[in-house]
Amino acid sequence: MLNNDGLSQLGPLQLDALKEVASIGAGNAATSLSDMLNSKIKMTVPNVNLIPIADLPGIIGNEEELIVAMLVRTEGDINGGVLFTLLPDSANLLIQLLVGQKTDIEDELGEFESSALKEISNILTGANLNAFSQMLGITVSPSVPSLEFDMAGAILEVCFIELGQIGDYALVIETEFLSDMEQEVKGNFFLIPEPESLQFILEKLGVASEG
Amino acid sequence: MADLKVGSEDDIIITSGLGSCVGVTLYNKATKIGGMAHVMLPEFPTNRNQGNSAKYADTALDTLLDKLRKKKVNLNRLEAKMAGGAQMFNFSSSNDKMRIGARNIEAVERILQEKRIPILGAEVGGNYGRTMELHNLTGKVLIKTVKHDDIVL
Repeated sequence: MLNNDGLSQLGPLQLDALKEVASIGAGNAATSLSDMLNSKIKMTVPNVNLIPIADLPGIIGNEEELIVAMLVRTEGDINGGVLFTLLPDSANLLIQLLVGQKTDIEDELGEFESSALKEISNILTGANLNAFSQMLGITVSPSVPSLEFDMAGAILEVCFIELGQIGDYALVIETEFLSDMEQEVKGNFFLIPEPESLQFILEKLGVASEG
Repeated sequence: MADLKVGSEDDIIITSGLGSCVGVTLYNKATKIGGMAHVMLPEFPTNRNQGNSAKYADTALDTLLDKLRKKKVNLNRLEAKMAGGAQMFNFSSSNDKMRIGARNIEAVERILQEKRIPILGAEVGGNYGRTMELHNLTGKVLIKTVKHDDIVL
């Protein structure tokens, strides 16, 4: 059906298993964020989908929309990356809640603001990956986050092409979270395993298909 | 992404949010007919015999030329412009596999040279996303970015 290197093995069983892992990881991250902000965080059930690559740049809205994105590369048993994206308003609010200083990253995104955002992404990605490691009994070492503030389409395109399992379709493992505060903090997590690591995860989950 | 379009005089062809992909336009001044491809990877994989031709620089340019030929455009009078091929997130540059933006630029330049299509303008590389518009009426290509002023090629 999908003339696609490697992704053709992903049926409902595999996608469901990935959804479960993603959900546990995101749950852990949401708890850390809750603690950090002292506020309830709601999290959607992760979306695990194969989508046509042409649709990829638009999956979180307008392709040209400005987003801030923190990417943590992973090494060890899973090579790939965890991408954490925020709209500028949400990023401003998170920085303010974390360091107590009002910022406007659309006006200035300097060392200070970047560090704060990278720190947040460190904590959340760490929580996410910890859940993964424990559940699968594996070791994953995260890198120092790198940050980009740019068009959503360009950011997604770069991350998925450089890291992901991408043919005519892309495997998108995505969770959206939402704060319960007066002002909304909304963000997205993307787990992007490299092709061999995807295979490894499926094997660990006991749902790798034969051949 | 991984798509291509051809248009005439009244059309503006747009591709939004180019990252490591390269947008390439071919335009014929006399007829005001032009096309754009948004290519994702340098070349069609040798181990496959079918796939989305618009995705790869080599097959996308061939397909684009075919479409222009069908519109009776003189293929000896084409001019090319290109944009994109950014490198973002400090992906390691030591590993050749990772430099997809640079490889896309290289591939498009090489193929255009082989086909003897002159490159009249390019806004490539760097570390930022781009939106590319081909205005068929004038043949001008507008590049919009978040961090810099608009550029007209």
